[in-house]
Amino acid sequence: MPNTQISNRHKPSARPGREPIQERPSARAPVARGVFGHANELPQQVEQASQPRPTTGTRLKPAPEGSVLVTGVCGRLGKLLARELHRTDQVVGVDRRPFADRPKDIVHHQVDMRRKKMKDIFRGRNIRAVVHLGVLHDRRRSESDRHTWNIVAFQKLLDYMSQYQVPKLVVLSGANVYGPQSNNPQFLTEDAPLLGAQHFGGMRDLVELDMLAQSFFWKHPNTETVVLRPCHIVGRVRNAASNYLRLERPVMVMGFDPMMQVVHEKDVVRAIQLALRPGVRGIFNIRGPGEMPLSHLIRQAGGRPRLVPSPLAKLALDQLWKLRLSSFPSQELDHLRYVCMVDDSRARTELGYEPAHSIDRVLKDVRRLRYQLS
Amino acid sequence: MGQGGSIVPFAGWRRTRLLGESPLRQVLRAVGDRVVRIAEDVVGQDLDARIAGIKTHLNEVGHDPFGFDPETSRYALALAALLHRRYFRTQVFGINRVPQGRVLIVANHSGQLPLDAVMIGSAMMLDADPPRFPRSMVETWTAELPFISTLYPRLGQVVGSPENARRLLRQEESLIVFPEGARGISKTYDHRYQLTDFGLGFVRLALETGTPIVPVAVIGGEEQYPSVADFKPLARLLKMPSFPVMPQMLFGMIAPLPVKYRLYFGEPFRFSGDPDDDDSAIEEKVWLVKSTIQSMVNRGLRERKGVFV
Repeated sequence: MPNTQISNRHKPSARPGREPIQERPSARAPVARGVFGHANELPQQVEQASQPRPTTGTRLKPAPEGSVLVTGVCGRLGKLLARELHRTDQVVGVDRRPFADRPKDIVHHQVDMRRKKMKDIFRGRNIRAVVHLGVLHDRRRSESDRHTWNIVAFQKLLDYMSQYQVPKLVVLSGANVYGPQSNNPQFLTEDAPLLGAQHFGGMRDLVELDMLAQSFFWKHPNTETVVLRPCHIVGRVRNAASNYLRLERPVMVMGFDPMMQVVHEKDVVRAIQLALRPGVRGIFNIRGPGEMPLSHLIRQAGGRPRLVPSPLAKLALDQLWKLRLSSFPSQELDHLRYVCMVDDSRARTELGYEPAHSIDRVLKDVRRLRYQLS
Repeated sequence: MGQGGSIVPFAGWRRTRLLGESPLRQVLRAVGDRVVRIAEDVVGQDLDARIAGIKTHLNEVGHDPFGFDPETSRYALALAALLHRRYFRTQVFGINRVPQGRVLIVANHSGQLPLDAVMIGSAMMLDADPPRFPRSMVETWTAELPFISTLYPRLGQVVGSPENARRLLRQEESLIVFPEGARGISKTYDHRYQLTDFGLGFVRLALETGTPIVPVAVIGGEEQYPSVADFKPLARLLKMPSFPVMPQMLFGMIAPLPVKYRLYFGEPFRFSGDPDDDDSAIEEKVWLVKSTIQSMVNRGLRERKGVFV
């Protein structure tokens, strides 16, 4: 599409002027870092992509000084991760949104992941690892939109990864891919089938994304692929689970009170950091500080459940969805009826992951945003 | 009303109500507590102490990972104790044979409603020392029923799946298993005390987790709801495993007949072998358990003087 390419060139985020500017040096070269400090005062980090580094492409073993590419860096989780990672690593962020308050040493590319520009980023930089957080969860978007974003863009990312032999891939999937079902075992292990789309077609792209990452794991043994499947991520993020817990009177399906797991966003960030260590590969479920019935969770978060019979809740949600008053499809009510909890023993033994935030702290962070909003 | 002096009548009441429990919950709690006190008087045992005496495996936030709630369970235990001691006058033999730690309690299944599980459970809670809280595995479709799906986990019932069973045994819990399943519970009266086919899963589970199997014979359950026929078309229509035709219902007797329950706990089996062995090898062990239970049942039937005494 020539049209979009032209418009891309005029974006403020695209390289202004294409003047050759020094490549960002590694953390091992403190002198160069001092020099670069001045160049960093530009409003947007500029880099030169056309000049290939001598090490790229022909690299035999992973260079420790490579940078970590984070897709979807402008989400709350991406920002948190970038802020943690940039202390030890060079971070390259990719997102369609601008990264306004980013730390100075983070390179941000405001591009669409489906664009050719992505390849330039891979070509021009020594990418040590890719963390894929750029997953579109918005249920309001059309199915095809979500498909092209979550599947086509991810497929392209994987192509570049194999082309430039990036040694590490971390994909943030979720426990939702297992799907809440009445016949679920209380704790799902990593081997459980991904039935998330069985009763809710809207989950198909997320399940497919997980599958794509898994097939990449087998097809490219030289790349250490890690798939993380955390339970409901809550905290100061604005996702469905956190927004639900922020409500004063959240709806609960009458007669159902499933056990729930939540995990703090910072614990997920730490799990990603652990997954970035060399030698770690595989699928890991990530669990929070413990599970409790949904009603207890709501009460502890300061809300009071509103009990609604299942057919009525479904009818009401369908109508609200049609009128665009709710962004919660009625099929997702299954999350409020059946268990979908994960067993994180593998993450504990192999990844060394241990949730650090207590349930009080988790819910305090969820609540904090509610009070800010109100 | 506070010193601020709200002019809205009952404003203070409304505020306290919103902060505290709902009135319905308060009433339920009061009724429940009363039932527990009555049961304690009748049974002559401190039920709360029994509940407090069981070993629990709480997670980091102080909840049982499977949803067991001692608060709800004490009401259920009170009702079960009344049934156990007064209504069914259950006699328990050899409960001290149940070993400590992980154990599979395998019993014959009977009586249209799983009151045999309630009797085994209450025997373990009231007669065993220290009290044990056995879990039982329930059908997966019960998780789709409103209220039931909330109640069962709170009472420690777990949706039947091999993963759940394995996890519970690894945390040294006791598990009640009815290998006959729905075939056993919906037997008609002419097939009473004849064990139907046993599933093989429980022996594989025991081999995998190194769990002793305690055989239990339940006498009395078959006569609580005598069924003369199984109305299969209606069962299919209602998606139930069976639709028993029970004459006592014609006389408006919904409650089970006040039969006398007898529970015989046998010596535990400790099998060793490969859990993934051929069916024929597993079947031998299953047959051993089944024939032991059948002979215990036969002996119990010979010994009893009558159904109600």
